[in-house]
Amino acid sequence: MSQPSAPSEDPGGTATRRTARPTGESRPGKATRSPLARFLVRRIAAAVLLGFGITLVTFVLTNLVPGDPVTANLGQSALGDPAIVARFRAEHGLDKPLPAQYLTYLGGLLHGDLGMSQQSHRPVLTDLAEFVPATIELAGGAIAVSLVAGVAFGVVAALRRDRLSDQVLRVVSLVGISVPTFWLALLAFYVFFYRLQITPGSGRVAPDMSAPPGVTGLYTVDAALAGQWDVFSSAVGHLITPALVLAAYTIGLLTRFTRSAVLEVLGQDYVRAARAKGLPGHVILFRYVLRSALVPIITVAGLAFGSLLSGTVLVESVFARPGIGQYAYKSATTLDLPAVMGVGLVVGAVYVLINLVVDILYGVIDPRVRLS
Amino acid sequence: MAAHPLRPEGEDRVRLLSRLPEAWRQPLAVVGGVVAVAWLVIAAAAPLLAPHDPLAQDLPRLASPGPGHWFGTDQLGRDILSRIMFGARVSIPLTLLLVVMSLLIGGTLGACAGYFGRWVGEGIMRLADLVFAFPTVILAMVVAAALGASLTNAVLAVLVVAWPSYARVTRGLVLGMREREFVLSGRLLGFSAWRSLRVDVLPNVTGPILVLATLDIGTALLLLSGLSFLGLGAKPPSAEWGAMVASGVDVFDSWWVATFPGLAILTVVLAFNFLGDTLRDALDPRTARAIKERAL
Repeated sequence: MSQPSAPSEDPGGTATRRTARPTGESRPGKATRSPLARFLVRRIAAAVLLGFGITLVTFVLTNLVPGDPVTANLGQSALGDPAIVARFRAEHGLDKPLPAQYLTYLGGLLHGDLGMSQQSHRPVLTDLAEFVPATIELAGGAIAVSLVAGVAFGVVAALRRDRLSDQVLRVVSLVGISVPTFWLALLAFYVFFYRLQITPGSGRVAPDMSAPPGVTGLYTVDAALAGQWDVFSSAVGHLITPALVLAAYTIGLLTRFTRSAVLEVLGQDYVRAARAKGLPGHVILFRYVLRSALVPIITVAGLAFGSLLSGTVLVESVFARPGIGQYAYKSATTLDLPAVMGVGLVVGAVYVLINLVVDILYGVIDPRVRLS
Repeated sequence: MAAHPLRPEGEDRVRLLSRLPEAWRQPLAVVGGVVAVAWLVIAAAAPLLAPHDPLAQDLPRLASPGPGHWFGTDQLGRDILSRIMFGARVSIPLTLLLVVMSLLIGGTLGACAGYFGRWVGEGIMRLADLVFAFPTVILAMVVAAALGASLTNAVLAVLVVAWPSYARVTRGLVLGMREREFVLSGRLLGFSAWRSLRVDVLPNVTGPILVLATLDIGTALLLLSGLSFLGLGAKPPSAEWGAMVASGVDVFDSWWVATFPGLAILTVVLAFNFLGDTLRDALDPRTARAIKERAL
């Protein structure tokens, strides 16, 4: 995984390597296929390694520590019966030596088998397929809100630098970064649902509705596909408050970054030249300023997505949304090893995917990246 | 240590220090400083300041805020104001300890990775990447759950996820510093690698790292109280803020049970973020950007 730094500074860490070997100024890749293919191959290799690393870390973590999945999963009375304990161990392969357990897991992984959850007694893949879409809806909604609000706030703050609106936005964004997500979620739930009764309660749809026919697992999309507009509006309604709560942190983050990125570009000669030419303000803003400011903003947005996934654990537990955050919480507290590793893999895959998208977007936005 | 010929007189250090007075004139820094100091005083003097025993269950249950108990009482008849004050003695020292420890661990690893490079550095940074690939709460949750729910284990769990940002920032800064003339000239004068790292490189990268640490205090407290909220940190009678918010979930009608401890967390985090944000602006823009981009 390359560093998430702006590519203009150090594309893929090549500068580092070059300084390390000042004499061997070797231009990378003489006999190569297309740069894109090389890029993708490197990325996929890195992703596989990362996935391997994630399973290894989770495996080591959950095995080298005092917690015992047997005690975490079986009741008191069952624990007293050696036969039941032995059967549980044999059933989940816990009686084999650790390296063997790990190899068995990896072997299964190659066939797309993530193992059985000890808690739900279902294949982890089935569990994930059920819970991941709820989180995608939530995190996707939150990142969309954050991008729109964060970039807009940041641009306003930069254009009105040091004026009152800039100061106010600075405080607002710092509050957004500082507020405990779980507390904000609770407060929002209390005020908007319990007191004012303007938002729906917990879950993904109203309790008297059944889930729309599963196509994508995203209730909003599935309901729209099936033409069940009442379910659709209920699903959207259930999404608004948690998504906004989750977005508080990333809005704050993106506001701060957009502000400094835009300020940096505003000071550049070519922006001054554009002004001198008498170009209208909106042309300067959108074509000149925002376009180059977008590179650092996208880096941060990509990274912010990771913190969003963190936030989902807390938000989902307050709003009782059955998503991957809740699943992760339940499996972590019961030391449900295959489930935890499954979550780790999904999340790692999302991380790799987001980085890939960010890198591709760099090329789209900034032609210099394509050349290098 | 006598300056050697090519060394610009503590360039980066001077830059930060000379801008500090300017930073202190910023209203945000003043507010942040005052609130942070106030919380430190509350933590230190909680036994003198608190109107009630934080553990005594002798007040009316779930009394709404009013004279005698300004923040109300919880479902066991304990004074919430007193519990928040005593909670400061739990959360604030632990958070500070946590940040110092992750700074030392991450900083050392990052400096080694940056200075010695090659496979040691690669190994350390790939490990950092691995930790970064996990959302912090999920990894911390796994660690905390695996170690067993307790406040100490929650601190360890946060430590596991907190060191990589220091490693990244320190490595980046050290890499930039390593090729500077005054560092190279030190090596040419016969400084050992360690001496060069200690004498020439580290003093020049401490400013940005301290700013990162200030900003990290908030993050660490949020994570620690988040784990307690999930039931993976402090255990019941303890007056830990995250756990206090969690206890408010059961008594939804009595809004004060969850609201005030949450406000306590918010004000502490906000105070240190106000301070850190101003300090970061006081740094020169390039290092400031390095911190922002690598410390997420």
